[in-house]
Amino acid sequence: MSDSVDTGKRRFLTTLTSVTGGIAVVGMAYPFLASMAPSARAQAAGAPVEVDISKIQPGQMIVELWRKQPVWILRRTPQNLEDLAKVQAYLSDPTSDKSKQPEYAKNQYRSRKPEYLVMIGICTHLGCSPKLRPEVGAADLGGSAWMGGFFCPCHGSRFDLAGRVYKGSPAPINLAIPPYRYINDSTILIGDDTGAKA
Amino acid sequence: MAKLQALLGWVDARFPLTQMWKEHLSEYYAPKNFNFWYYFGSLALLVLVLQIVTGIFLTMNYKPDAAVAFASVEGIMRDVNWGYLIRYMHSTGASAFFIVVYLHMYRGVMYGSFKKPRELIWILGVFIYVALMAEAFMGYLLPWGQMSYWGAQVIVNLFGAIPYIGNDLAVWIRGDFVVDDATLNRFFAFHVIAVPLVLLVLVVMHILALHEVGSNNPDGVEIKKHKDANGKPLDGIAFHPYYTVKDIVGVVAFLIIFSVIMFFMPEGGGLFLEPDNFVPANPLSTPEHIKPLWYFTPFYAILRAIPPMFESQFPGVIAMGVSIVVLFFLPWIDRHPVKSIRYREPIYTLALMIFIVTFVALAWLGMQPALPYLSELAFRCSELYFSFFIVLAIYSQARSKNYYITWLVALAAAVILMDLPRYIGASGDKQILIRYSIFIPLIYFVITLWLPTTAAKWTTSKTVPDRVTQ
Repeated sequence: MSDSVDTGKRRFLTTLTSVTGGIAVVGMAYPFLASMAPSARAQAAGAPVEVDISKIQPGQMIVELWRKQPVWILRRTPQNLEDLAKVQAYLSDPTSDKSKQPEYAKNQYRSRKPEYLVMIGICTHLGCSPKLRPEVGAADLGGSAWMGGFFCPCHGSRFDLAGRVYKGSPAPINLAIPPYRYINDSTILIGDDTGAKA
Repeated sequence: MAKLQALLGWVDARFPLTQMWKEHLSEYYAPKNFNFWYYFGSLALLVLVLQIVTGIFLTMNYKPDAAVAFASVEGIMRDVNWGYLIRYMHSTGASAFFIVVYLHMYRGVMYGSFKKPRELIWILGVFIYVALMAEAFMGYLLPWGQMSYWGAQVIVNLFGAIPYIGNDLAVWIRGDFVVDDATLNRFFAFHVIAVPLVLLVLVVMHILALHEVGSNNPDGVEIKKHKDANGKPLDGIAFHPYYTVKDIVGVVAFLIIFSVIMFFMPEGGGLFLEPDNFVPANPLSTPEHIKPLWYFTPFYAILRAIPPMFESQFPGVIAMGVSIVVLFFLPWIDRHPVKSIRYREPIYTLALMIFIVTFVALAWLGMQPALPYLSELAFRCSELYFSFFIVLAIYSQARSKNYYITWLVALAAAVILMDLPRYIGASGDKQILIRYSIFIPLIYFVITLWLPTTAAKWTTSKTVPDRVTQ
């Protein structure tokens, strides 16, 4: 047995042990980090919601909970629908090219039937829920440029009655439209649009 | 007594007790000229202990479950013996922590305590500050009130603004697609165990680094340059008993003020506990006016003030992040050889005073609703906030007149360029706002960069004494 030290061998073994240990630590970190992702139960909770819309009066809005998010159903008046064209110039994405909606809601009304707007009531800026401010010409919201719409109290984003965002708002894109379909004239199903004709 | 001595000897042979006592207290020599501003370090330690103790007792009755969390906090307030006192001590303590820490940081800036050789003390301190913000934010979700819920919703969505990975990252942080039970439960875990552990380790490192290099002082001179025959600094006095006794005075004064707030105005007029947070969380409706607690509002104002670009709110998030991260780099931004404000050139003092006003203005603006003229003002204050650090770097050494003027022109041009995309296509009212408010940064640059060229006195610092004064 010799007293001399084989430093090359020692360095090799040290490196090998460190690398192996390092890989083990990274491997062990994965289950912990992955445990923070939505659980199977959270992923399953997201069933479509059936809503009776027959009792909504013109100009009235109801709020439903779908996937723990507020979904608005607003019955717009003919005047509201006419006004949508008047605010085009003030909007940052009037044709909703950069915004999120199903193909059948990518139109000037952003809905299947012009009268009923179905929309996720979560601001595209930082997730607050905007307020319905239907009064035309509200002085604090832009006066003559305001034809009714939604105002987010958190950071001052403004949207028209189709959820289209006004220029100069902190929100980058229009409010999102969820997938939905009409089961019949008085009932809609939010969260499921399979089998429905566009 | 002899027996006690023997016991101490027994311990010392097995654990460096006496040695540590000497190193950190009885033979740690601190400069003899500490003033009022030097109370806040020890007060921060006191509040840390207060928060840990009250926090332990709160967890005995709190339930981290979205269905019962709100009720359990109300239970602490109404049913638990002395529960209201422990809860108010904890909630007032959170605000007190930030008051003390902000004053402590300001002290460091004022006397140049972040400069060589104390850069690491400063950096560790900024880490403590960031950990404290995380701790406060996650703690605020726990009562599961309206403000808890919507505040968390907004802050977690900040991560969602990061391009490409943002959405998945936000889902991962929440553990659900919206803020919900999973979020509450994990924030509880972070708030009561993970972050406090990190905080304690950081605080120990902060103090070890301080005791390695020694304390700075209001004169910004190094007391270790002049030592007596025993190697003890001539201008130093032992931390214990001299500063322990001094700090007790600070503790008494602090506790009097703290008690007055805790007993008579625990909500601090809506600043320390917001009225909307006494309403249970409701995912269907955002309160009329949501705002974070006062200690976050300067950064929140910056976040709101930066307009979105390229269909993304990321620029605002970046600006807010940079406004905090820039603090880490302070030792390399301000490289002026004179440490203390007592001897620095008058233009520096003026710039620092303007910065304080800017910071307070941002804090106030962050609490206000996002009205157009207030948003515009917040945008201008954000410009001043960042400009301060540029100006600070310029003041770091003697510069020619041309140097100042070149920077004046460059910064003014940058401000005007940034305004162009905001100006074009804005409504008439907004254009008027932009046209008038642009004078705020322009005047700022004239004061900070033109004034130094007018007379030498503005840029001449005083002679720093060799030893501490008084």
